[in-house]
Amino acid sequence: MHDPLPGTVDGTVRQSAPLRIGVLALQGAFAAHVDTLTRLGATASEVRTPPDLSGLDGLVMPGGESTTMSKLLSSSGLFDDLKGMISDGFPVFGTCAGMILLATEVLDGRPDQRSFGAIDITVRRNGYGRQVDSFESDLDVIGLDSPFHAVFIRAPLVTACCDRVQVLATYDDHVVVARQGNIIVAAFHPELTDDGRLHAQFLQAVAVGSQ
Amino acid sequence: MTEQAGSGRRATGTFPVKRGLAEMLKGGVIMDVVTPEHAKIAEDAGACAVMALERVPADIRRDGGVARMSDPEMIDGIQAVVSIPVMAKARIGHFVEAQILEALGVDFVDESEVLTPADEAHHIDKYAFKVPFVCGATNLGEALRRISEGACMIRSKGEAGTGNIVEAVRHLRSILGDIRKLTTADSAEQFEWAKRLQAPLGLVQEIAETGKLPVPLFCAGGIATPADAALAMQLGAEAVFVGSGIFKSDNPAPRAQAIVEATTHFRDPQILAKVSRGLGAPMTGIGMDEEFIKLAERGW
Repeated sequence: MHDPLPGTVDGTVRQSAPLRIGVLALQGAFAAHVDTLTRLGATASEVRTPPDLSGLDGLVMPGGESTTMSKLLSSSGLFDDLKGMISDGFPVFGTCAGMILLATEVLDGRPDQRSFGAIDITVRRNGYGRQVDSFESDLDVIGLDSPFHAVFIRAPLVTACCDRVQVLATYDDHVVVARQGNIIVAAFHPELTDDGRLHAQFLQAVAVGSQ
Repeated sequence: MTEQAGSGRRATGTFPVKRGLAEMLKGGVIMDVVTPEHAKIAEDAGACAVMALERVPADIRRDGGVARMSDPEMIDGIQAVVSIPVMAKARIGHFVEAQILEALGVDFVDESEVLTPADEAHHIDKYAFKVPFVCGATNLGEALRRISEGACMIRSKGEAGTGNIVEAVRHLRSILGDIRKLTTADSAEQFEWAKRLQAPLGLVQEIAETGKLPVPLFCAGGIATPADAALAMQLGAEAVFVGSGIFKSDNPAPRAQAIVEATTHFRDPQILAKVSRGLGAPMTGIGMDEEFIKLAERGW
């Protein structure tokens, strides 16, 4: 569905053309992701309708209300287009609600809630509790040389994780950062801090491309 | 699954955590609901949160008397049927109502001028709470005073219960217009801005630098149509609250859904035209003559 990734030549990153990363902007913290990606040198754009997907190298699905986004993904026509692109290897980074949208199984969702089934994890919506239980904490993440400060907002809890999924970080024995192929997910909000290292890891994955 | 041991210290109720939920509600519609049935309709329509209250503002206006925090039983009932965030209102300055709402586990407290104020000089010290607060504002000074008290979301007040967007537009233009002017003020002028706005100098200097409020700015008070929601968004609001506009209209479910679509696709007139079709009559709405009591004037 999408062209070969432009930032790549034989798996090495070409510096000349900035990566073009869409941010799903149906609802939620999309503006903060656009800011972070822009700061890292990518060309970030908001995605609300299918034409907005053309020419993108990758996509971020932000935090927000997954039930709201699920409805708007269907009504906008984005769901079917994205489903096809993801099965063709299109790189996506999902945070919080974005993680829910990418999971294979969603617990405590609405019956009509749709997800892309792009990463073999089971998540429980609001699994850490209500807003008064939301929290921040330092995390060790594989591939980062110092802890990442993570902000969890009514976060989804990963209750099951297939062996095919690479676990990049855990918190209290639950997976909070994971990767499967070109899909990277985080249960928290890297866009809410100044730390761009997880976004940079995603951009690196986009640049290297699906093998 | 547990290659990493790293579970650092968990901090709850911090400003980043409280403000974080406000960030998550951006681009969405927060709907006033008075029953669990309403709450289901709102969630089904794609609301990103609901505001649980006993009467919508149009009815508060009609009935008169003292408007207070909702019955906890009613809030429990709404929390039980929806999975999206549930907000509830406390009276201005009524910190005990806020304590009760926090104990109920509501996700956001609205210290609201729609209810009858409990304190004519002081707002709630919002730093004393783990639950995040939203407060209304009619101008930049009011917004900054609320932020200095710990509000992590500001909503332009508009005029609740009227179905008339004119006050919301006035307040958004006032807040955002002054922010634009402030960004061109030199350092000496910033002191005068702080004095005139009756706002902390540090916040004034921060806005002069960044060109935006340090917390999200949403719009409330008078939104009745998809076009109203898109107008607020194009003027610079980051999300909308819809109160009486949905459940005082002829056909709440499709109107609610249309307002959700319009808030997402606020810059796309083709989509706005499509979703505005055949929604039935909006709430009748009221004009604001000289005898009209403005709820927006409550708050100090």
